Amino acid sequence: MSTEIHLNTPLKTEDLEKLNVGDKVLITGTVYTARDAAHKRLVELLDAGKELPFDIRGQIIYYVGPAPAPPGKPIGSAGPTTSYRMDPYAPILMDAGLKGMVGKGPRGQGVIDSMVKNKAVYFAAIGGAAVVIAQSVKEAKIIAYEELGAEAIRELKVVDFPVFVANDTKGNDIYKIGVEKYAR
Amino acid sequence: MKEINVSKIIPVVKKLCIDANYYAGEDLVEKIHEFLDKEESPTAKEILVLMLENQKMAAKEKMPICQDTGVAVIFVELGQDVHLVGGDFYAAINEGVRQGYQKGYLRKSMVDDPIIERKNTKDNTPAIIYTDIVPGDFIKITIAPKGGGAENMSEVKMMKAADGIEGVKDFVVDRIKRSGGNPCPPVVVGVGLGGDFEQSALLAKKALLRPLNEKNPDPKWAAVEEEILERINNLGIGPQGLGGRTTALAVQILSMPCHIASMPVAVNVNCHASRHESAIIQ
Ligand code: SF4
Repeated sequence: MSTEIHLNTPLKTEDLEKLNVGDKVLITGTVYTARDAAHKRLVELLDAGKELPFDIRGQIIYYVGPAPAPPGKPIGSAGPTTSYRMDPYAPILMDAGLKGMVGKGPRGQGVIDSMVKNKAVYFAAIGGAAVVIAQSVKEAKIIAYEELGAEAIRELKVVDFPVFVANDTKGNDIYKIGVEKYAR
Repeated sequence: MKEINVSKIIPVVKKLCIDANYYAGEDLVEKIHEFLDKEESPTAKEILVLMLENQKMAAKEKMPICQDTGVAVIFVELGQDVHLVGGDFYAAINEGVRQGYQKGYLRKSMVDDPIIERKNTKDNTPAIIYTDIVPGDFIKITIAPKGGGAENMSEVKMMKAADGIEGVKDFVVDRIKRSGGNPCPPVVVGVGLGGDFEQSALLAKKALLRPLNEKNPDPKWAAVEEEILERINNLGIGPQGLGGRTTALAVQILSMPCHIASMPVAVNVNCHASRHESAIIQ
């Protein structure tokens, strides 16, 4: 059954362990945006033993390249981008303390295994529900890599950002379970 | 002969770009409601409700339904009794796109060279423009902004006549199966049958323009559409690929004659942010 759960960041392991695939979650707090280019840079910093531009422990990264912000709004339409492109980097960030990822589409087995190991969760945001998501963003500021434009790392303050649990801490994958359940 | 100054086209195209991205068609809203009533998965129901809410909010806030506001695909019906004056017709259309994407705060998603440089053109031009000459003294312009996620799941296959209609059905269903959640289901599936290699693809794209509440006028194709739709919705992919009974809202076929040796079949996939908007200039 789908239930609605409120989660605040930074995420706590005991809260994440209670989540099951399919649960609807409303996220409140800080979420960081990063896409391909930013991921590459973050992992390079970790490889070099340097500090990240933000404290990643317990945090969520949202895979998004938003539309331009209209006047008076913190952000433009901001639906998720396809997640698998971040698969090579995600386990390294989880080892560094990342607890949540938000995007669209299935993840590779390496990412799923790392989620089990690190007690992290992958949430699916609704591709194309970009205005509903933008409405939940109250503040947005670029904190790193401004030169990357839409790909810069932004710190978003969100209230009730709607997502669904796609991979839980137990290794379940909604992209497999969900489809098997409703196929005829 | 009727004279139309191309400068009249610019504001029309500008408005079409913005309207198509801000306002979901009523046929689309109706269709999603129809499937919501039949959906069995609680998660899928929640997602469909969110999609409907998103459409309403986009219209109210004047923001694009999706942040991927697409490549501007434009279909022109140009009346043969029209004499265009005042400049380059295609330049005027591109100027309209440029203004629409800038003034509407739409995302610019075009890169100048597809492989090596891939530098953003920063104004979402060039548009992709198809022109048909038709009887009459008007210009009809339709814009169908097309997001990358869904477009990337499209395919053309040069099939053999021996594959028959069953082969075509299998190919279309398999194409959607292989796409999973990537094209942001529930999708609209455009199918182009016949013509030649590139005509079949164009037919598939044009098929997406049919209002979702209209049946195929040819009962033979209407039956095929229904059967493919049912098979696709039995895949279980569901909204966003999270499982459910709503994977496609409609399958829409356009066909035309072809060579005795050929059977081209094209599938053009559109996402639930299926957008198009038309205007007539007289
Ligand atoms: S596939 Fe459609 S709904 Fe999904 S991100 Fe692309 S344009 Fe938006």
